[in-house]
Amino acid sequence: MQNQQTYNYKVVRQFAIMTVIWGIVGMLVGVLIAAQLRWPELNFDIPWLTYSRLRPLHTNAVIFAFGGSALFATSLYVVQRTCHTRLLSDGLASFVFWGWQLIILLAAITLPLGITSSKEYAELEWPIDLLITVVWVAYAILFFGTIMKRKTPHIYVANWFYGAFILTVALLHVVNSAALPTALFGAGDMMKSYSAYPGAIDAMVQWWYGHNAVGFFLTAGFLGMMYYFVPKQANRPVYSYRLSVVHFWALISTYMWAGPHHLHYTALPDWTQSLGMVFSLILLAPSWGGMINGIMTLSGAWHKLRTDPILRFMVVSLSFYGMSTFEGPMMAIKTVNELSHYTDWTVGHVHSGALGWVAMISIGSIYALVPKLFGRDGMYSTKLIEIHFWVMTVGVVLYIASMWISGVMQGLMWRAVNADGTLTYSFVQSVEATYPYYTVRLLGGLMVLTGMFMMAYNVWKTVAGSNKAADDAIPAAAH
Amino acid sequence: MSGFWSGWIILITLGNIFACYWLIRWTTKTRPGEAAEGDVTGHQWDGLEEYNNPMPRWWLWLFYITIIFGLAYMALFPGLGSFKGLLNWSSQGSQYGAEMEQAAATYDPVFKKFAALPIDQVAKNEEAQGMGRRMFLSYCAQCHGSDAEGAKGFPNLADADWLYGGAPEQIKQSILAGRNGVMPPHKDRVDAAGIDALANYVMSLSGREADAAKVAQGQQLFTANGCLACHGADGKGNQALGGPNLTDNTWLYGSSVDTIKETIANGRMGQMPAHADFLGEDKVHLLAAYVYGLSQK
Repeated sequence: MQNQQTYNYKVVRQFAIMTVIWGIVGMLVGVLIAAQLRWPELNFDIPWLTYSRLRPLHTNAVIFAFGGSALFATSLYVVQRTCHTRLLSDGLASFVFWGWQLIILLAAITLPLGITSSKEYAELEWPIDLLITVVWVAYAILFFGTIMKRKTPHIYVANWFYGAFILTVALLHVVNSAALPTALFGAGDMMKSYSAYPGAIDAMVQWWYGHNAVGFFLTAGFLGMMYYFVPKQANRPVYSYRLSVVHFWALISTYMWAGPHHLHYTALPDWTQSLGMVFSLILLAPSWGGMINGIMTLSGAWHKLRTDPILRFMVVSLSFYGMSTFEGPMMAIKTVNELSHYTDWTVGHVHSGALGWVAMISIGSIYALVPKLFGRDGMYSTKLIEIHFWVMTVGVVLYIASMWISGVMQGLMWRAVNADGTLTYSFVQSVEATYPYYTVRLLGGLMVLTGMFMMAYNVWKTVAGSNKAADDAIPAAAH
Repeated sequence: MSGFWSGWIILITLGNIFACYWLIRWTTKTRPGEAAEGDVTGHQWDGLEEYNNPMPRWWLWLFYITIIFGLAYMALFPGLGSFKGLLNWSSQGSQYGAEMEQAAATYDPVFKKFAALPIDQVAKNEEAQGMGRRMFLSYCAQCHGSDAEGAKGFPNLADADWLYGGAPEQIKQSILAGRNGVMPPHKDRVDAAGIDALANYVMSLSGREADAAKVAQGQQLFTANGCLACHGADGKGNQALGGPNLTDNTWLYGSSVDTIKETIANGRMGQMPAHADFLGEDKVHLLAAYVYGLSQK
């Protein structure tokens, strides 16, 4: 029972390292497909390297492998630290780690082979879906079991967000992945299934899932991360407890409704589209609550931004979060959506959230976490973090700005008509016009990827220079 | 939608919005014994604390405004279950219908003025050719290419070779009603050697080099398997049926021996979709003139 006096850092270390590795892998694939959009011959006529198969590999790798590992690492760290207790079970923690790595490996094999359910952000076929369910349930037991045995009287706000993320992702995954494997109906292939839902209902379920994957995986989870690492790094109390209560409940209840804004002007009934739009707008204030609470936590500590690039990562991530959660509700308005839908504007919006918010808060948090996990006073090189910060920030801005211009241009070209009502531009002309922006986007992506290599080097040097990594002792009961 | 489900949707929609409002009011209240405003709440986790600051007023106003907008929107537009909204708007009915009517009023006259002219004359009109070309790029270029020279399985429209006839009215008919080019599979009726022989015979028809013995065998099989029903006894095809001319060395699916054998063994399904319903006859008239003009140069 010796280890009951220390925190379990092993699983946190494992996931923290894998965050960096999967970040590089996922972004590398992203850079490749960005280049393919500019120079299609870069698929080399090899089926496994075609855009259609690598695109889901990219999204799965960055969301579930990179983002997922960051969430596992930080949530399992934060829940122990803020509950003043060790994880419920070391065995379960190992199972979650190795199970998740196996899922990522299976994704990396099956997606290039063209094995896909074709549901966006849920492409993995049913046997892998079942494995995800098992690992996720283990993760939920581990997380909530640790909360149950906490030594603190109250549950810290970061854990509300992590908890909502874990519960909701379980619900989303099970409902959206419901499918009929063809093998059960005597049609051979073990890796093929059809969705359990027909037509427009399938589309609705898919985007209920898809939008809440953004809302709970990419927002609530990372807000949990923000609520621990921002006040820790700034060494200031959280700005407002009241604000955290309101924006938490309002965020998780209104997010649930917003999915239909992905299906404006489709076969979905009008009333469903309206509700999607209305709740997307109401979502603006609850989303901004998180940004305000994060940024205002720095009041009285702004000077730290001058010397601490880790804190800078966090504050800039909150700014991108505020920007993309303003942009999202605007794009959900039908009139705006008429222009933005199906264009690169959507791609730019997603990346201002995914690179600006998700990746930057994760990178900042991992930089803050690694020295603590490996018994060092700080990262190997603060200068390198600083360079990483600038390279990444410029890269993200280039990415988003090029996609904005390209997207608005596409929307305008597609809707332009001549005096006789014929389209002014053919589709191919709009594709040709995007090439300069695709080149700039590729450059932005390359800069982000370069930053990840700097991070890997910095983490490597920090870990390699560590004395025997020690798990911190759990403080004596504080009442 | 049944009355129950409509009521349920209204209940949870308004319930959620009202719950947000209630939450704000409830959280704003000060309770006896709690920390003073601007002070920390007194709870601690791993050294982390929270201030008991009020929610920013501008932020609350933002929240209220979006709620008011949402309620007003749902009063005007469909959203609350089967309630149609006070404006009686619908995407399929009022919006799509009105936009299509307006487009018809503006653009139909432009096409009408060419509809009465014969196609070969429209093909010589510069304005009509420009409109036709733009429509071709929107509706036809996906399969036939922006240069109209086709691709594997998609006919070249810029040459003088026609499957269903190159006369103005035949082209218009192809666009209006579409075409189904069905070459049946023969692998169940003819063995591999037979298919090889047929392919050699077909190649010989357009004067290409072929194995003489196979050509002779292929010629017999050509007759025995009824190929002449569509391709004609002389292999020159039949435009009424869309049976391709095999003697002109123009190949829709490719000219190699292997491709020809694949065509004979597995058959082909070529489909030109019908455009009468979604473009209307006047636009098809102009499009036919454009396509006709391509082969007249």
